[in-house]
Amino acid sequence: MAEAGRKPRSTRRWAEWASLPLLLLLWQVAAMLVAHRLFPTPVVVFGELYDLAAHGSLIADVTKTLGRAVLAFFAAMTMGVVIGGALGRFGWADGLFGNWILIGLNIPAIVVAITCYIWLGLTEFALILAVVINKTPLVAVNMREGVRALDHGLAELAKVYRVGFWRRVNKFIIPQLMPYVLTAARTGLSLIWKIVLVFEVLGSDGGVGFRIGIFFQHFDMKGILAYTLAFMAVVILIEYGVMRPLEHRVLGWRPARN
Amino acid sequence: MASGAELKADIAEKSFGQNTLFEGLRIEVPAGQVVALIGPSGVGKSTVLRMIAGIDTAYEGRILVDGVAPSAAEVPGFVFQDPRLLPWETALGNLLAVKPDLPPDEGRKLLAAVGLEAAADLRPAELSGGMQRRVALARALAVSSRLLLLDEPFVSIDRKLAMELWALLAGVVDRFGPTVILVTHDPYDAAALADRVITLRGRPAKLVDDTMLDVPRADRQDDLVAKIARELDAGMRA
Repeated sequence: MAEAGRKPRSTRRWAEWASLPLLLLLWQVAAMLVAHRLFPTPVVVFGELYDLAAHGSLIADVTKTLGRAVLAFFAAMTMGVVIGGALGRFGWADGLFGNWILIGLNIPAIVVAITCYIWLGLTEFALILAVVINKTPLVAVNMREGVRALDHGLAELAKVYRVGFWRRVNKFIIPQLMPYVLTAARTGLSLIWKIVLVFEVLGSDGGVGFRIGIFFQHFDMKGILAYTLAFMAVVILIEYGVMRPLEHRVLGWRPARN
Repeated sequence: MASGAELKADIAEKSFGQNTLFEGLRIEVPAGQVVALIGPSGVGKSTVLRMIAGIDTAYEGRILVDGVAPSAAEVPGFVFQDPRLLPWETALGNLLAVKPDLPPDEGRKLLAAVGLEAAADLRPAELSGGMQRRVALARALAVSSRLLLLDEPFVSIDRKLAMELWALLAGVVDRFGPTVILVTHDPYDAAALADRVITLRGRPAKLVDDTMLDVPRADRQDDLVAKIARELDAGMRA
């Protein structure tokens, strides 16, 4: 039985390893079939990637975008956790601000960006603020649900045993909220990458989005895909180097789903 | 052996909205006595327990644990209907979560006392239902071996497991000598474990029976437990 239980997991792991090479293979075959300058093969794109990294501004651009995304991510997470926590805890706050969150969730990102640029100028602060405004409601909604779902039984347990405030927060509340925080972090991170790039195209002095905007003006697909690849590499690195180990560490107690 | 806590409850009135739950309810429990509080569902047995624990303070009257108000008394050990363990903590971690100054070695000894010496580092999901209830009992003992408040700890489990837990609890009582208030709707639990059985009935609830069980716990064979349980059940329904 134990062997039978292990097999699907190892099969899944192999499938995971094969996933990206398979994508590259499909890309290579499709590009060879189409054989057009606007659909370069991965081999050509990797060559371009090397050139841009060695002689172009790829490293500087990726670093710049990454810095903006990280800054916006932490600012949005902090604000979203505090706001969502308050909305989940206090009914009056949810009544008063719940609709603001709804508006924040549905207002087009581009409108926020343009408004910030018009009011604050094409500045770094305006770009990051626009991203934070877009992302915060999503985190707040997740946190609100997390706080609403806190186990009353465990709260009563802490009360009976007169567990101190900080210990209650640390041992009873935070572990219950972590799945919601991580969900917000994961969805938020993917959203932030996309928004930052769009806002960089709209108005900035550098970064992946800014450079892709320039490549677009020249219909330079090699450059666009090389930058996309570099950016994807960063995203995958963060996924496997940060998000998954973090999930394993803080959610490892949950029974395996398969 | 630690001595149990002494308990005096004089509840003039306890209401939920327009509903008066208790009126003039008096209960005195000497140190080290195991008292079963029985009665039909909804009579207010668990409320009494919460008042003794000091988490329900909205009543008129006075409850004293060792001569002081519950909130000023030593924190009692409390076992809920469900094990109510922190799923992200190990068995030992669950003890330490409510009693941070407990030396880990002491925690392991308490877990060993409830038959879980090998399970100290396992999380609740890795434990059976019976083992989880044992952890909950060890956690209660970690906090206090003087006053144990047990709120239907044997509900929703089969008779075999209940009997195992009875034996375990009887062992704990013999070893640590706590005062125990056991709330149950099942007269079998009371017949197996209690030194004294208090029956509540009616609305507002009245103390309708207060019986000392003279036969020592260790001498109560199955047929005697069944006989006592039948008598208690009849008293509860009368």
